Amino acid sequence: MLQIRIHGRGGQGVVTAAEMLSVAAFAQGRHAQAFPSFGSERTGAPVVAFCRIDDREIRLREPIMSPDVLIVQDPTLLHQVDVFQGLRPNGYVLINSRRSFEQLGLAEVAARFRHERLTTVPATEIALKHLGRPLPNAVLLGGLAALSGLVSLQAVTHAIHDTFSGKVADGNAAAAAEAFEYVRREIEELSRAQAG
Amino acid sequence: MLKQVEGSHAVAEAVALARPEVICAYPISPQTHIVEGLGELVKSGALAPCEFINVESEFAAMSVAIGSSAAGARTYTATASQGLLFMAEAVYNASGLGLPIVMTIANRAIGAPINIWNDHSDSMSQRDCGWIQLFAESNQEALDLHIQAFRLAEELSMPVMVCMDGFILTHAYERVDIPQQDEVDAFLPPYEPRQVLDPAEPVSIGAMVGPEAFMEVRYLAHAKQLSALEHIPRIAAEFTARFGRNSGGLVSAYRTEDAQTIVVALGSVIGTLKDTVDELRADGMKIGVLAIRSFRPFPLAAVRAALQNAQRVVVLEKSFSVGLGGVVSTDVRVALSGLQLHGYTVVAGLGGRAITQSSLCRTLREAVAGKLQPLTFMDLDWRIVERQLEREAKTRRSGPIAENLLRDIGTVASKVA
Repeated sequence: MLQIRIHGRGGQGVVTAAEMLSVAAFAQGRHAQAFPSFGSERTGAPVVAFCRIDDREIRLREPIMSPDVLIVQDPTLLHQVDVFQGLRPNGYVLINSRRSFEQLGLAEVAARFRHERLTTVPATEIALKHLGRPLPNAVLLGGLAALSGLVSLQAVTHAIHDTFSGKVADGNAAAAAEAFEYVRREIEELSRAQAG
Repeated sequence: MLKQVEGSHAVAEAVALARPEVICAYPISPQTHIVEGLGELVKSGALAPCEFINVESEFAAMSVAIGSSAAGARTYTATASQGLLFMAEAVYNASGLGLPIVMTIANRAIGAPINIWNDHSDSMSQRDCGWIQLFAESNQEALDLHIQAFRLAEELSMPVMVCMDGFILTHAYERVDIPQQDEVDAFLPPYEPRQVLDPAEPVSIGAMVGPEAFMEVRYLAHAKQLSALEHIPRIAAEFTARFGRNSGGLVSAYRTEDAQTIVVALGSVIGTLKDTVDELRADGMKIGVLAIRSFRPFPLAAVRAALQNAQRVVVLEKSFSVGLGGVVSTDVRVALSGLQLHGYTVVAGLGGRAITQSSLCRTLREAVAGKLQPLTFMDLDWRIVERQLEREAKTRRSGPIAENLLRDIGTVASKVA
């Protein structure tokens, strides 16, 4: 079973991101369960949402304490919440930021995990470009598809169109595709650097 | 058709497939998404003929439901927590009058302290109100139980609550198989009332009954609920035959055949318990789970049959009776009367406290080792309990408890789970 935890702030579409991820996994024929952390949501307050993906029925309903994948929608949370809590050693991490892990002051944390599975993507900037609004949630799912291959970009695009319609859907889909390319190039550069 | 949707949306679709003619509701978390979904279906004309009535309170919601049901309309409403308490008088009237209303309870704690999260205190508070109470394990089962609930309610002329865990189910996206309209129409015939307010054949409903017949009316309600013990499994079997999956029934057992220890519970925690049982079985523990699907009527014989060969029974419940202990476990004990079994009550998940597989494993291992207290509050934070008790012992004006405890633990927003 694959367990994904998404951290963000109220108003960033954290819960919607988990739901869309579950729809993407469903579109790929898998079982998926998405649920919020059930706080009293307030704009700007830290919010957590969860998604489980498996090839059989998912019965477990506890919060995800040991995620395989971590998405951080707002890097200012890094100083407020222990987002890395319980992350598995082979886990993937995707942070919404223009800066690298080192620039974010996460070099020590990064050293504990597989560095080819850790990356950042400027999701807010990409969202502003395509949507005119700083909503990074669907964008990051595009990045996750490139980073992990755990869901395809096609399935993410399907989930975006399942959740939104019209211009909002098209803008999010374009933004997710750009984030996918961005992360794919980052990974290629990293593997070239390692090979070199 | 398979869909990946929110639990509330799945229930709204199921209720719409049952073709209700009147839906009245007042919004309260975590039930709101269900009636919002139904409101959209009525407004768009996808659900017709149906009247959606916005009311000014839960008391009004149930009162309107009583009126429309008595007028012969298939009637639905939903509520939770304080909303259920506020409608309590009308809830008793609906069952006392024998009106087959179906109501979803999106289970949530009752204040004070105010808490919007899940436990079973709300529906347990109406345990004796004369409604049938069914509990769903998953969103698929919640969907299926709503379709069965209308059939059951109308066959018996008795209201039915379908209880589903607030947030844990109502706000969870998961895969559900939504039946076709013609399949549901074939399963659920049009409502044929036993009593109806009809200007062409006037009757009055709701007579005052004195000591001469009150007990007899109440006894008939009891006898009717007991007859539901036959209707519920028959309707569930018909549902399985038509839709190809098991949902509902009185109880449901998982790996109990040779089990020495059986955990009894209701609702969505059954899923986590099944995974826990698999983990403990892998370690050689002979353990299983019994899900109670129908809490009212309480299936004494089915519970006894499922548990009688075990050595130990652990009742896990998301509510408790202050000053006594377990609510469900008291009923389970009645089912087991005369049998020599070790019985434990574990209260867990109050006010949305997460029930984790690791805590369940630890607690059940303690039960098997004979180290568990007869009444255990799982994962209780004794430090903050003792701190408050010390404070009260030291100072007369120790202040409000909830505020004291929140100050003691500090901000919770930064915690992951």
